[in-house]
Amino acid sequence: MKIVVLGATKGMGRALARRLCERGDALFLLGRDPEDLSRSARDLEARAGRPAGSVGTAVCDLERPEGFAPALAAAEAGLGGLDTVVVTAGLFETQERLEADAELARRLLTVDFANTVVFCEEARRRLLARGAGTLCVFSSVAGERGRKPVVLYGAAKAGLSRYLEGLDHKFRAQGLRTICVKPGFVRTGMTEGLKTPPFAGEPDAVAARVVKAIDRGQPVVYAPGIWGLIMLVIRLLPRFVMRKIGF
Amino acid sequence: MKRAETLAGWGRSPVVPGCEVRSEDLPRITVGRPLTRGLGRSYGDSSLPAAGDPVVASAVLADRILAFDPDSGTLRAEAGLPLSDLYRLFLPRGWFVPVTPGTQFVTVGGMVASDIHGGNHHRDGCFGAHVTELRMRVADGRIVDCSRTEERDLFRATVGGMGLTGHILEVTFRMVRVSSPWLWGESERVRNVGEFVEVLGRAAADWPFTKGWIDCVSRGKNLGRGVMFRARWAQGAEAPAKPPTPKKGFTLPMNLPSWTLNRLTARVFNGLYYQTHPTRPASVIHPDVFFYPLDAIRHWNRVYGKKGFTQYQCVIPHSSGPRALTRFLEMVTRPGVVASPVCVIKDCGPEGDGLLSFPKSGISFAIDFPVRPWTQGLIDSLNDLVVGEGGRIYLAKDTFTRRDHFAKMEPRLAEWQSIRRQWDPEGRLRSAQSERLLDLGPTKGGSP
Ligand SMILES: Cc1cc2nc3c(=O)[nH]c(=O)nc-3n(C[C@H](O)[C@H](O)[C@H](O)COP(=O)(O)OP(=O)(O)OC[C@H]3O[C@@H](n4cnc5c(N)ncnc54)[C@H](O)[C@@H]3O)c2cc1C
Ligand SMILES: NC(=O)c1ccc[n+]([C@@H]2O[C@H](COP(=O)([O-])OP(=O)(O)OC[C@H]3O[C@@H](n4cnc5c(N)ncnc54)[C@H](OP(=O)(O)O)[C@@H]3O)[C@@H](O)[C@H]2O)c1
Repeated sequence: MKIVVLGATKGMGRALARRLCERGDALFLLGRDPEDLSRSARDLEARAGRPAGSVGTAVCDLERPEGFAPALAAAEAGLGGLDTVVVTAGLFETQERLEADAELARRLLTVDFANTVVFCEEARRRLLARGAGTLCVFSSVAGERGRKPVVLYGAAKAGLSRYLEGLDHKFRAQGLRTICVKPGFVRTGMTEGLKTPPFAGEPDAVAARVVKAIDRGQPVVYAPGIWGLIMLVIRLLPRFVMRKIGF
Repeated sequence: MKRAETLAGWGRSPVVPGCEVRSEDLPRITVGRPLTRGLGRSYGDSSLPAAGDPVVASAVLADRILAFDPDSGTLRAEAGLPLSDLYRLFLPRGWFVPVTPGTQFVTVGGMVASDIHGGNHHRDGCFGAHVTELRMRVADGRIVDCSRTEERDLFRATVGGMGLTGHILEVTFRMVRVSSPWLWGESERVRNVGEFVEVLGRAAADWPFTKGWIDCVSRGKNLGRGVMFRARWAQGAEAPAKPPTPKKGFTLPMNLPSWTLNRLTARVFNGLYYQTHPTRPASVIHPDVFFYPLDAIRHWNRVYGKKGFTQYQCVIPHSSGPRALTRFLEMVTRPGVVASPVCVIKDCGPEGDGLLSFPKSGISFAIDFPVRPWTQGLIDSLNDLVVGEGGRIYLAKDTFTRRDHFAKMEPRLAEWQSIRRQWDPEGRLRSAQSERLLDLGPTKGGSP
């Protein structure tokens, strides 16, 4: 497969790109820092035993939507086609900090919702123009329910999940498979310094699940899987309970 | 620190207040930090923060391979790259690390900082001998490259320097070509320690990997009996057609009670081990089984219970002769002492250029002891013997050695200290181990 990844420099994106590359998929990386991108590209090549330069990169910052089309065009040219677009890039801040800093909240809402959607729209057009493809985007279990610790971040992810669901309903018949990944708590740099709850996952285990989901075209995937059950319970809780608990 | 947290090494003793900051961006998180740690596979307190400075950088997310040249085997990687990744990805392609410790769950930064050695020490030296360049963040905040030709002193003080000369950010070293991903080897029962020295010596010329498992429980006529293993990479028709598939291990789910290991269980286990390992002619061996037998049980360190354990590893020079080795074994098998059932014996080759690196020409023992009221006294007396014989201990394993003993074992310490002071005059880089064993305080009056 010919796969573009936005967010492969760190965390779950790094783990996922490694799994895809090691099994033989062709990769192209998008991200904000050109030097860091090329270090990640060299890592993937060395791991997969491919010649230096075979994993291409282009700059793409979720805060600069004007760069989305050129970045995806560069990827399509570099790969000589395009089957799959993966988006793991995202921003997290604690609710406390977001409440205290309106500008930070605006940035996060823009990056995690509006601009991610705009990026996906660009990817959708390109994949549909090729006749088929897969769009795999990392949302979050934080978008399942309005919750005290993630009011703002959760709202952005809720919007993103809804968008991805709609996309899947509308375009699957035309060949566009949309995959919404909903990670639970995963131990990455993003969650560094937060208290680790029970059922925390590791990025590589998430990556293994997501690779399977991409292959099957599974529309929604919770990772680690246990978070599917946890969120089922959370969705069923009445509002007065949600208002009481700190989760 | 946001939370009340603690850190411990592989021996799970001591447990000290502390926490790690983790990020892919190792250069960022090392700024102003007293220490960087890897996967915490050192047994004692070398990867733990000094009292009062509890936050250390963790290299584990900085795990990218930055370059690999298949012509020369030269590989450059971020310091947190785990050996397990190199093993999984490169062995099937005919490459292996030049030196491996007895577990794959270490980082390349940790391999440099401890200047680890393996079964091929008699032939290939330590890992540091194959390192060509390091990129470091030094105490004053600068990023510095060092090698045998550039900032040579910093390089020599860092290889085996237990993280106390700076934070290792990137490591460049040479991988080696192997004839197949399988090993070819044999084992031989050995009756006593004198015989061990002989068989190790004899095997050294023909076998790149040699080590012995020695009984550190039995006394009398069984004192120092064991099994000697020797191996090389399989060649041509010796190797199965398919590469080895990773062995599935299991996880020890919880602490075992402290009494699990006692003299009786140790002896029973030991007898079983000896009986089930007869002399075996050469045959093909799975590399997991030869190099990483303990990795088959994740969290095997829980066997020792909550109080934890320590590993004592020392080297006794060849010149001391078998009498000193026998005395050593008599001390560890003394009534009242409980050693773990299986200990490792290995002959070391000459010392390398790492200034605090452990191996030197002689016989090395590595023995696990549970942490008990007698442990400190035992290690003190073992250290008396080691000092008397001109040997030394391995810092990556140590928890109980006293400062004066260590000073007597290390004639190289003064040179290491003077280089370290040049790079870190204020003694910003510290660990729980350095507080215990070394005087890193600011230079008083300028003289080293
Ligand atoms: C089962 C088992 C078998 C072993 N077998 C062997 C063996 O055969 N031979 C052998 O030599 N050793 C052996 N060891 C010891 C082990 O190889 C070393 O302790 C090694 O340093 C552990 O690497 P780590 O990444 O876990 O480092 P840690 O334990 O986290 O740290 C060890 C030291 O390295 C320093 N350090 C780590 N990363 C950096 C960095 N990036 N920059 C600066 N300093 C750093 C730390 O400060 C600390 O002083 C064994 C350990 C186990 C548990
Ligand atoms: N970790 C969790 O517990 C968790 C739980 C639920 C959902 N998620 C979601 O899962 C996804 C991956 O999370 P992670 O934990 O792997 O995160 P991570 O380790 O912090 O990695 C985030 C990645 O996003 C990239 N990125 C951030 N802002 C960007 C921008 N403006 N433009 C382009 N790239 C940008 C980063 O690139 P740089 O290298 O340039 O920084 C990095 O590669 C995110 O969408 C996150 O919201 C995570």
